[in-house]
Amino acid sequence: MTIDPEIFEKVRATLCDALSVDEDEVTEEATLVGDLGAESIDFLDIVFRLEKAFGIKVERGELFPADIFENENYAQNNRLNAEGMAALRERLPFIDLTEFEKNPVVQEFPSKMTVADMCRFVQSKLG
Amino acid sequence: MRWYWFDRYTEFVRGKRATSVKCVSLAEPHLHDHFMYYPIMPHALVIEGVAQTGGLLICEYKNCQEKVILAKLVKAIFYCEAVPGDVLTYHAEVQYMNENGASITATSHIGDKLHAEFEMMFAYLDHNEFGDKELFGIKDYKHLFFNFHVYEIGKEEDGVTPISIPECFKNI
Repeated sequence: MTIDPEIFEKVRATLCDALSVDEDEVTEEATLVGDLGAESIDFLDIVFRLEKAFGIKVERGELFPADIFENENYAQNNRLNAEGMAALRERLPFIDLTEFEKNPVVQEFPSKMTVADMCRFVQSKLG
Repeated sequence: MRWYWFDRYTEFVRGKRATSVKCVSLAEPHLHDHFMYYPIMPHALVIEGVAQTGGLLICEYKNCQEKVILAKLVKAIFYCEAVPGDVLTYHAEVQYMNENGASITATSHIGDKLHAEFEMMFAYLDHNEFGDKELFGIKDYKHLFFNFHVYEIGKEEDGVTPISIPECFKNI
């Protein structure tokens, strides 16, 4: 999915405000946790701001589907199995899971999320 | 002792905005050591007072059915210090609210002088977070809102109609 430049600019502004980072740090490839320093509570702030900026509604668990991560048919010892990965891919088609799939430890999932993933998420919400 | 960091509301528009006052007094023990010979109101306690002003506004709007906690202090800028004898006026405006939490912007003034500016985010704790234990019972909330004069000075969301007492506070 190609990223709409207008959406990228608005997501970038949102992330700059929520995470107090400079514009040039917010690239498509930047990870929210590793590169931009987001902590778990920042995701709630980011969701608030995205909802407001784009007029969208993000349900609880939509970005972090706990029902998949906590399903024992999908995750054993905090690692997703092949069925779990398939379920995740189906639920979050807008997120590039290539990096996460290499070592699918549940707790690592948020740290793999990139700015591009957030843009594609917003695009999918806007239809 | 209760953890009250403002004294009363002077404006309360349900789910929208609220103004409260905090009288700074040298009788408050924390000022004795903060600092000796130079007592000033700790900024952290100003933040707590502002968070209580905004957090209770949100809590009341949700009929006290949500466990509202301060999740993130997005911005806090202080321009001057508050000293004993000052009356701080906190003003909080709800900016956004959804089923997971709410955000506010707020100010603190000493008279007409801007003391500080804030942005805060509140989250609702998962109802299963503490099992069956309640952080506060409905009686505690009633105590808080009546102590802070909410139902004497409050207005409904339209800012005009006198506020009604929620059903949950009746008959207790």
